[in-house]
Amino acid sequence: MLPRLFEVGQVSRETDDSFSLRLGPRDGAACLDFAPGQFNMLYVFGVGEVPISISGDPARPERLVHTIRAVGAVTRALQKLRKGDLVGVRGPYGTAWPVQQAHGHDLLMVAGGIGLAPLRPALYHVLLHRALYGRVALLYGARTPMDLLFKGELQEWRGRFDLEVEVTVDRASGDWQGNVGVVTRLVDRSRFEAGNTLAFVCGPEVMIRYSAQALQQRGVAEASLFVSMERNMECGIGLCGHCQFAPWFVCRDGPVFGYDRIRPFFGLREV
Amino acid sequence: MKDMAIEDLSRFLCEHPFFRGLPADHLATLVGCSSNTTFESGEFLLREGAPADRWYLIRHGRVAVEVFVPGRGPVTVESLEADDVLGWSWLFPPYKAHFDARALSLVRALSLDGACLRTKCDTDPVLGYELMRRFAPVLVQRLDATRTQLLDLYGSQP
Repeated sequence: MLPRLFEVGQVSRETDDSFSLRLGPRDGAACLDFAPGQFNMLYVFGVGEVPISISGDPARPERLVHTIRAVGAVTRALQKLRKGDLVGVRGPYGTAWPVQQAHGHDLLMVAGGIGLAPLRPALYHVLLHRALYGRVALLYGARTPMDLLFKGELQEWRGRFDLEVEVTVDRASGDWQGNVGVVTRLVDRSRFEAGNTLAFVCGPEVMIRYSAQALQQRGVAEASLFVSMERNMECGIGLCGHCQFAPWFVCRDGPVFGYDRIRPFFGLREV
Repeated sequence: MKDMAIEDLSRFLCEHPFFRGLPADHLATLVGCSSNTTFESGEFLLREGAPADRWYLIRHGRVAVEVFVPGRGPVTVESLEADDVLGWSWLFPPYKAHFDARALSLVRALSLDGACLRTKCDTDPVLGYELMRRFAPVLVQRLDATRTQLLDLYGSQP
């Protein structure tokens, strides 16, 4: 339960309210190996601790990257950190995107808002082992063009011949030349072979629900659909119960779940 | 707007998903109210408040459905592309367009005469029902999408 000391190596502003922290272990200690989809508990000394998905490249654990949205006291404190400041890190925790299970299949990643951050490690992994996968597509929705994460990388990814990237925003000014509309419209329009496709979905829970419906309407089986859930976490190791979701703890049994497991509870208002 | 020479509209109408499976006699009626048309990037297909005389089946390109907001300029509320339908104000009084629709790229579309079709639907209710039956899912889908956009899913929680 003791956090390890990590030092801030770089702070990057992603959008008005989101930023990325690149951390390195203090004093040359061992890096944190992690699987795509896992999270760490980040501790700001004197303020508190929050669970944040790892958004960096699992093949480069020495560059531990978290992309964070400043919405509360701890995340706003993280936003004020500068190079050289110290952060406590516990983890990595949680389940991972089933990137091995996706070998030999087409892979559809559907992300909404900050949800692209937990999916990015999976995309890095897939692109590093590209030959193992069929068609790979990223469908990404955000509020406005200003809220798109990783804009530079999005353009790079769009330029690849072995990756389809479609982006949409909920609203835009007249100078936006891209898609405007909900991310589920991208699912409706995407060309994929449903019977051979695994889908990874990450974003606000309502967006996950609608995306899952759209994917199922296209023929993607529940067992081929994986989502990343979010609940308030305190301990991160399945002890305190704050993140309980039906019979599971999101910190220990998730955050990545097969949709076939959780579907019966997804539409319930109280679980 | 540039009108191209009349081509084999039956084939274009058959190929468009909106009219897939349409009986041949109705197809012939629609051909009489259709033309093949092209818009350059920046040209308007529809203008808010103007008579909704025409509606479009987009074959190629992208169209922004916009609202002009004083002090903000044009705000895009939806984008449409190939295989999408643009315009249903021709179906309902006062038959005026509710939004601007601007070509974001070169757009090729089938242009249909709404006033002409209304007259034909009045005399052929089966055709009218067939059109309504095809428009209804489009309207439902657009309403669902609009309601989802209203949720502001990616905004900060209050």
